Amino acid sequence: MVPVSHIVLLSTALFFIGMYGFLTRKNLITMLMAIELMLNSVNINFVAFNKYLYPGKLDGVFFSIFIIAIAAAEAAVAIAIIINLYRSHKTIDVDAASELKN
Amino acid sequence: MNGYEHTVWILLLPLIGFVLLGLFGKKYFNKSAGIIGTALLTISAALALLTAYQYFFVNGLMNGVYPKVQALKFTWLMFSPGLSIDMGIMLDPISVMMLVVVTFVSLMVHIFSLGYMKGEERFATYYAFLGLFTFSMLALVVSSNLFQMYMFWELVGVSSYLLIGFYFQKPSAVAASKKAFIVTRFADLGFLIGILILAYYGRSLDFNTIIQTLTAQQSQGYLAAVSASFLGVSALTWGLTLVFMGGAGKSAMFPLHVWLPDAMEGPTPVSALIHAATMVVAGVYLVARLFPLFALNGASLTIVLTVGLFSALLAAVIACTQTDIKRVLAYSTMSQIGFMMFALGVSGYSGEAGLGYTASMFHLFTHAFFKSLLFLCAGAVIHLVHSNEMKDMGGLRKYMPVTNIAFLVACLAIAGIPPFAGFFSKEEILLASYNKDMLVYIVALLTSGLTAFYMFRLYFSIFFRKAAPDIHGHQGEGPFSMKLPLIILTICAIGAGFIPFGKFVSADGKPLETHFHLMFSVLPVIVALTGIAIAWWMYKKESGKVESVARSMIGLYSASKNKFYVDELYLFITKNIIFKWIGRPAAWLDRKVVDGSMNEIANGTLEVSKSIRGMQSGKVQRYALYFFAGIAFLLIAFIYIWK
Repeated sequence: MVPVSHIVLLSTALFFIGMYGFLTRKNLITMLMAIELMLNSVNINFVAFNKYLYPGKLDGVFFSIFIIAIAAAEAAVAIAIIINLYRSHKTIDVDAASELKN
Repeated sequence: MNGYEHTVWILLLPLIGFVLLGLFGKKYFNKSAGIIGTALLTISAALALLTAYQYFFVNGLMNGVYPKVQALKFTWLMFSPGLSIDMGIMLDPISVMMLVVVTFVSLMVHIFSLGYMKGEERFATYYAFLGLFTFSMLALVVSSNLFQMYMFWELVGVSSYLLIGFYFQKPSAVAASKKAFIVTRFADLGFLIGILILAYYGRSLDFNTIIQTLTAQQSQGYLAAVSASFLGVSALTWGLTLVFMGGAGKSAMFPLHVWLPDAMEGPTPVSALIHAATMVVAGVYLVARLFPLFALNGASLTIVLTVGLFSALLAAVIACTQTDIKRVLAYSTMSQIGFMMFALGVSGYSGEAGLGYTASMFHLFTHAFFKSLLFLCAGAVIHLVHSNEMKDMGGLRKYMPVTNIAFLVACLAIAGIPPFAGFFSKEEILLASYNKDMLVYIVALLTSGLTAFYMFRLYFSIFFRKAAPDIHGHQGEGPFSMKLPLIILTICAIGAGFIPFGKFVSADGKPLETHFHLMFSVLPVIVALTGIAIAWWMYKKESGKVESVARSMIGLYSASKNKFYVDELYLFITKNIIFKWIGRPAAWLDRKVVDGSMNEIANGTLEVSKSIRGMQSGKVQRYALYFFAGIAFLLIAFIYIWK
């Protein structure tokens, strides 16, 4: 059996990769993908802890399924926003959308 | 049901007039406002006369006294079952008398104003204000409790303010109206505290209950009021003195008289109504209303006596040197009210000793007629010459025969020449003070001599002194509506003295037989005639006599001319003491501490916001970074600091 620390390391790495991507990339689609990475790292945590701490229960798995579903919905909304942004700004560069500055 | 239900209409009709003319007058009845107001008041006056007839002659005495009738009573504000404020109409001899006086004089003024105020742009507003004043004054006199009286007391103050400042384009009128309001308001502060003291110890606001409680020597309230003391003076004396302070403010008694001469900035008929016959006697009325309490409390009665006597003398001296005819009349009013006040001061409660009370009310009654007559005559004169100054007048008897006669009669009445109205009432006052104290009598006699002098100085200056001036295109005495009130009031000024007043009004409610002492009245009449003779000698013809007399008593003359510097004293106190030592520090505290702390909070918020404004960069990734940093901070904090 893989020790839990490995899995936690994996999920942490995944989370910070996602965070790094979110903070550095300027393309909105890439940023969205980075968010998905962070969400998935959370999913991994849920499943792993469920498996190792409460083997008889399925709560963590349910949470993962919920998160996946919500992430899908969120992706749909985000893409709709991105499309609208593209229509109005002719670009999907995140820095272009700075009307709320100051 | 007590047969007096119609009295409520005496009050309501002027109020209806006020509401109607106040709301719609300017638009719909600007021409007919005078007729509407006068018609309503005619009905009101007729009802008042009917009430007086019914009260004194139909229902009459009950067990030897005139009863106090509650014509109307309802609870206005109910705070708790034990504490409520009532509204009501109480009829007793003095309130019935005042109903007649107020409605009658008000009616005369309404009629007079038809001519006097004709062509005025705010004609309807003027009549609306007159209606408001009449209503409030009537409600004041019929009040059944102290609080109702206080309320309408303030309301007459407001209407007086509105009418003094009627010509609001004139800065002096605005200043005068403010002065009148502030001075009387200051006095009313004392009145309010006095009411609270009396109501606290009397366990009620109702006049009858208070008087009953505080005159019963064994009652708990009386004992508490007498034993509680502040600065060595009992609570009862404080209460009565403070109530008297309110009355002194309204009645222009020294030292709160400064507003009355300035109040002459208002239209002259208004001065006749408010500042001669009705509102200014409210203070006398108030003392008379609470007289059973005053009569048992020697200290406060002495204050009433002293203040009244001093004001009477002071005002008479000042009146001798003023040149504005309305101001002379104003000081004369103050002097006469002083007479009424000290007449109350020398009075006792029952029987013969109560003569002062009867005399005071009698003088109030007759004074209302001849003083409003004097003012209306002055109004007619001013209407003709368009000036208040004596030097612009003289020899006017050729142009205004009716006014001349009316003015002469009123002057004779106020001077106390028989058989005119003032003679009888003044005689009673002098007799009452003679019975009480020789010094009071001498001062009163001197004052009545001065009264005769300054009134005839006024008379000769207006109607004689010079040859008739050449006035082109003058309107003479004005229309009939201005002459009619003069004629009616002249008749009253002649006849009012013959009413056997003591039969109707006395301190204890029992009819008082007033005796006429022929020998006693010789001296006052001689004094008055002397005053008239001096005035005739000095003012009949233009001559140097006035100047030489003025020069011979230089100090007194200039002091009197400058009203004994009371105004200057007030100015000094307010400017150099109150404004400088109280007003300025308070303003500083307000600006620097109260406002300052608020301003600093706002400034601080502004500064902090400016410095962190840069964080609002509009860049999503920057926000995300803050967010992550915040989470990281909280994480570390939770793990290592707030474990």
